[in-house]
Amino acid sequence: MDPSPDQKLDMYRLMLLARRLDERAWVLHRQGKIAFHISGIGHEAAQVGAAFAIRRGSDWVTPYYRDLALMLALGMTPAEFLMGLMGKRDEPNSGGRQMPSHWSLRRANAVSHSAPVATQSVHAAGIGLAIKLRGDDKVVLTTIGEGSTSQGEWYEAVNWAAVHRLPVIFIVQNNQYAISVRAEKQMAVQSAADKACGLGLPGIMVDGTDVFAVHRAVKDAVDNARAGNGATVIETRMYRITPHSSDDDDRTYRSREEVEENKRRDPLLLARARLQEEGLLSESQYDEMDTQIKASIEEAVKQAEAAPYPAGEEALHPVYAEEVRHA
Amino acid sequence: MPEMTLIEAIRQAQDEELARDPNVFITGEDVGVRGGVFRATMGLYDKYGPNRLIDSPLAEDSIVGVGIGAALYGMRPILEIQFADFIHPALNQIISEAAKMCYRSNGEWTVPLVIRAPYGGGIGGGLYHSQSVEALFAHVPGLKVVIPSTPYDAKGLLKAAVRDPNPIIFLEPKKGYRLIKGEVPEGEYVVPIGPARISRPGRDLSLFAYGMMHHYALQAAQKLESEGIDVEVVDLRTLYPVDKETILNSVRKTSRALIVHEDNLTGGYGAEIAAIIADEAFTDLDAPVRRLAGPDVPAVPFSHPMQDWFMVNPEKIAAAARKLAQW
Ligand SMILES: Cc1ncc(C[n+]2csc(CCOP(=O)(O)OP(=O)(O)O)c2C)c(N)n1
Ligand SMILES: [Mg+2]
Repeated sequence: MDPSPDQKLDMYRLMLLARRLDERAWVLHRQGKIAFHISGIGHEAAQVGAAFAIRRGSDWVTPYYRDLALMLALGMTPAEFLMGLMGKRDEPNSGGRQMPSHWSLRRANAVSHSAPVATQSVHAAGIGLAIKLRGDDKVVLTTIGEGSTSQGEWYEAVNWAAVHRLPVIFIVQNNQYAISVRAEKQMAVQSAADKACGLGLPGIMVDGTDVFAVHRAVKDAVDNARAGNGATVIETRMYRITPHSSDDDDRTYRSREEVEENKRRDPLLLARARLQEEGLLSESQYDEMDTQIKASIEEAVKQAEAAPYPAGEEALHPVYAEEVRHA
Repeated sequence: MPEMTLIEAIRQAQDEELARDPNVFITGEDVGVRGGVFRATMGLYDKYGPNRLIDSPLAEDSIVGVGIGAALYGMRPILEIQFADFIHPALNQIISEAAKMCYRSNGEWTVPLVIRAPYGGGIGGGLYHSQSVEALFAHVPGLKVVIPSTPYDAKGLLKAAVRDPNPIIFLEPKKGYRLIKGEVPEGEYVVPIGPARISRPGRDLSLFAYGMMHHYALQAAQKLESEGIDVEVVDLRTLYPVDKETILNSVRKTSRALIVHEDNLTGGYGAEIAAIIADEAFTDLDAPVRRLAGPDVPAVPFSHPMQDWFMVNPEKIAAAARKLAQW
């Protein structure tokens, strides 16, 4: 089923929020107010499309560091994200322990992930197994970059899900680079979706800059998983418009022309044009939305800046479950 | 003699070894066009081409496993693990294979290879870009574990490592990559793997350290000099096999020993040094052997108050040494 007009506007609003927040993070970095940012610019359609295809808050998610738009769609607030950037005490991912964008949002069933790539894929298989064992009406969505599908752990996770027909959606966000390394040096197949057939489950390729196409593809996979038909691998193709992270200098390995060329397939431009065509978002409605979003972000920046840092000795806990302070 | 940074010395060593021996090649993530995320292979791709500098798929167990295969065939691979924190997927190939090949084949097969990995915290890298992993590998017979702390040693030890017939874990204190500068002679020299080095002779107390902590130990020793405490600083350089003689001779002279590392205390490398001293220099001691190390929490947290709390620094070393000198 296609999303309703209201849902379509919601999807676009989230994409725009993610974009503006991401841009604000780069500004904070340039101002020296934060030490690190890893950007999701260009990935918004894939993440929002996927988020709207699951039952947010009920289904489970094991994300990766590019997933700002996905996390916002799951209910993380801009202030929470910004506090994470600043390493503030009350940021929900890790209480300032992890680097920014190493997500966790317990209230949304979004599981904490680490930096070593592909570890989250295997957790998704395990969550899928538990859902199946308990007979629950849930699925698990897991995301990863294309480069990281080179890890043995990714294949092992997909194999589990295929063998046991687990309700897992493996989304691969193929942005064509793993830091400096192009996708051709990661895999000899055209798409990460092609890897699925060797493991015995469906592999789908979808334009990751088209939020509605992604939504449709993921929705089908989710419906299949819920019906007991097992897992799907979905490659969403886009382009990493920014450097890998604020520590990277992408001029050392790709041309400005290539980047500029790819900016023309900006998922936000595509979605906005679509909504405009459908008469859902006029120029002035867009302006109003954008102004509102920017104002809410400024408010969130103030809130995050005012929030306290953890005390140094808070680093001592909680190493063991017994030390967890329950609110 | 030209002065250079630690990372420049590492780059130069690799350059010279590539030029010297056609069997030497380098693989790892982003080592090609990008020249490594820390620039350890900068310019080498242009100089030696894609068959000597090979961008690997993003999969560490295969970086090491493929390196082992090539070494069995007679090559001399240098394997870059982007961060020591990401060496863990490769533990199977390192511990089960590389370390045991010579022994299990009764010497029929050997694996000459070098695994380079930047390690250590204090750089805002959070849990997964800050770890110290030396204790893990210094527990594995069949491996040699080397940690340089000066540009001179980094170049000489890395060249020795490339020529060594065994698998070498070569850990580089990344906080010092650009911070630590020193004189490095032009051209050919090697620093043998094994011997420790007395980097500052003293009478009152022996301070054992390596990597970034050796750098800090020298700063602490300088500070204590003005207080009338004469500290001997020993740069261990090779952790496994360990240079017992230099350690014991130093303790016999000073009668006091402080071991410093940033890795966490329990089961850390310092325990081994303490045990050696207790075993073989017990009657020479005027005070208990002390260790100063990171706290027993899983890894260095990101948020700067917690990171600062975690890290060993020159002030903490000076305080610990002062206390021991007064014991
Ligand atoms: C096991 C492991 N090795 C290396 C790294 C360092 N690293 C971080 S991101 C990255 C590239 C990931 O590329 P990709 O999977 O395509 O995701 P993208 O960043 O492009 O979204 C690398 C090599 C890591 N995080 N984990
Ligand atoms: Mg990628």
